[in-house]
Amino acid sequence: MRDVTLTINGAPVSVAVDERTLLVQLIRDDLRLTGTHVGCDTSQCGACNVLVDGEAVKACAVLAMQAEGAEVVTVEGLAAGETLHPMQAAFREHHGLQCGFCTPGMIVAGIDMVRRLGPQLDAATVRAELEGNLCRCTGYHNIVKAIQAGALAMAGAVPGSGAVPVAAE
Amino acid sequence: MFAFAYHRPSELADALAALAASEEAKPLAGGQTLIPTLKQRLASPSDLVDLSGVTALKGITLHDDALVIGAMARHVEVATSPVVVAHLPALAALAGLIGDPAVRNRGTLGGSIANNDPSADYPAACLALAATIVTDRRELLAAAFFTGLFETALQPGEIVTAVRFPLGGEGTYEKYPNPASRYAMAGVFVWRGGDEIRVAVTGASQGGVFRWAEAEAALAAEFSPAALDGLKPEADDMIADIHGSGAYRAQLVAVMARRAVARLAAAR
Ligand SMILES: Cc1cc2nc3c(=O)[nH]c(=O)nc-3n(C[C@H](O)[C@H](O)[C@H](O)COP(=O)(O)OP(=O)(O)OC[C@H]3O[C@@H](n4cnc5c(N)ncnc54)[C@H](O)[C@@H]3O)c2cc1C
Ligand code: FES
Ligand code: FES
Repeated sequence: MRDVTLTINGAPVSVAVDERTLLVQLIRDDLRLTGTHVGCDTSQCGACNVLVDGEAVKACAVLAMQAEGAEVVTVEGLAAGETLHPMQAAFREHHGLQCGFCTPGMIVAGIDMVRRLGPQLDAATVRAELEGNLCRCTGYHNIVKAIQAGALAMAGAVPGSGAVPVAAE
Repeated sequence: MFAFAYHRPSELADALAALAASEEAKPLAGGQTLIPTLKQRLASPSDLVDLSGVTALKGITLHDDALVIGAMARHVEVATSPVVVAHLPALAALAGLIGDPAVRNRGTLGGSIANNDPSADYPAACLALAATIVTDRRELLAAAFFTGLFETALQPGEIVTAVRFPLGGEGTYEKYPNPASRYAMAGVFVWRGGDEIRVAVTGASQGGVFRWAEAEAALAAEFSPAALDGLKPEADDMIADIHGSGAYRAQLVAVMARRAVARLAAAR
């Protein structure tokens, strides 16, 4: 057992873990933050995506020990109190989910897209960027719309203001 | 996973010492291949030496005649680095085709070439660009480094520290990704500098990445997609699995090669 110390959703934590513990196990089993999901456990689905130092990573393919000293943000850490993060609000607004299993990972992937590519995301870019996120329900169409709208909202732009077409097809 | 001890040194010497301390120790880079392998209990290292704290393995530096990329450079960094985009655009584009964004946020150049997956992208770039693989103890040309399926010339405890890509000439990479995994079903890197032409193929061969000599000879005679008409690698040498037969992969290699040549010819 080793101590791992990191920041989770802004709060410092220190937990004694077996070296083999995956980051997703630390988050779900030790910290009881069950918003981060395990869909495949084989790096394919992105349901376990969390932000580590601002970047989306698959928490099922990272050891807890590798996150030593890192700032980890899960879906639980996105909202400001009762106010949803703009990307979360966009998923609700655009019906970007059905069962919701993939949604935490999709939202994290969307936020990572905005960090790397900025708020003006066309539909083809969002679809290509969602390569590592699988959804069994929605057919992706509304997820793409939600991420485009959420991206604009994160930049403070008003969706529908004509900056980019929110629904390209 | 089987139990292991975890180390995260910040000095290269400490990393090498930790690897030398046990025959069963293994370096850990981005973990995108190694951690799934551990989860499936396909490897049982005694120690994992996490290289992420070793600054000497990071960074991308431009020299007069080469671009030197640290082993711990992540795919996202190579794909978006302004110096790579400016001096070796085909390499940046290749890195941007690896897996998906979360994989590119963690996976590294060193981890990819040390693993030498027959479907990985970087080995094709290293062969076609005649890169030199720099380790803690020697330098090897890519052709000597990649020795077979998941095999490299690395000795126990030896780590890749950087890869030196010579500048000059022009290259491009065409990849047909497996629609599910995004690994290459066939990936062809074509490079041309003066009279010299190199065609490196990944994803397809049972022996891992290879130089396609017939295509190089045909292109030396005439640099055009038509020069490759009728040429295909031997189907029996190609990987045959649930994703495609040997004949299918041989055909894909031929098509990717023609597309790469067409793109290079058009860019002139
Ligand atoms: C969903 C998914 C899709 C992918 N798609 C692609 C793809 O399209 N194309 C592609 O090329 N790859 C793909 N990959 C593989 C990915 O690029 C990996 O990141 C890469 O193969 C391994 O790099 P790593 O840094 O994660 O290495 P690790 O997993 O940490 O290590 C891999 C191996 O290399 C050894 N090693 C690591 N660093 C060094 C070093 N510096 N010196 C010596 N040995 C070292 C380790 O001990 C281990 O044996 C994909 C992976 C996933 C999970
Ligand atoms: S659970 Fe991690 S990628 Fe599916
Ligand atoms: S909403 Fe059900 S998996 Fe995406």
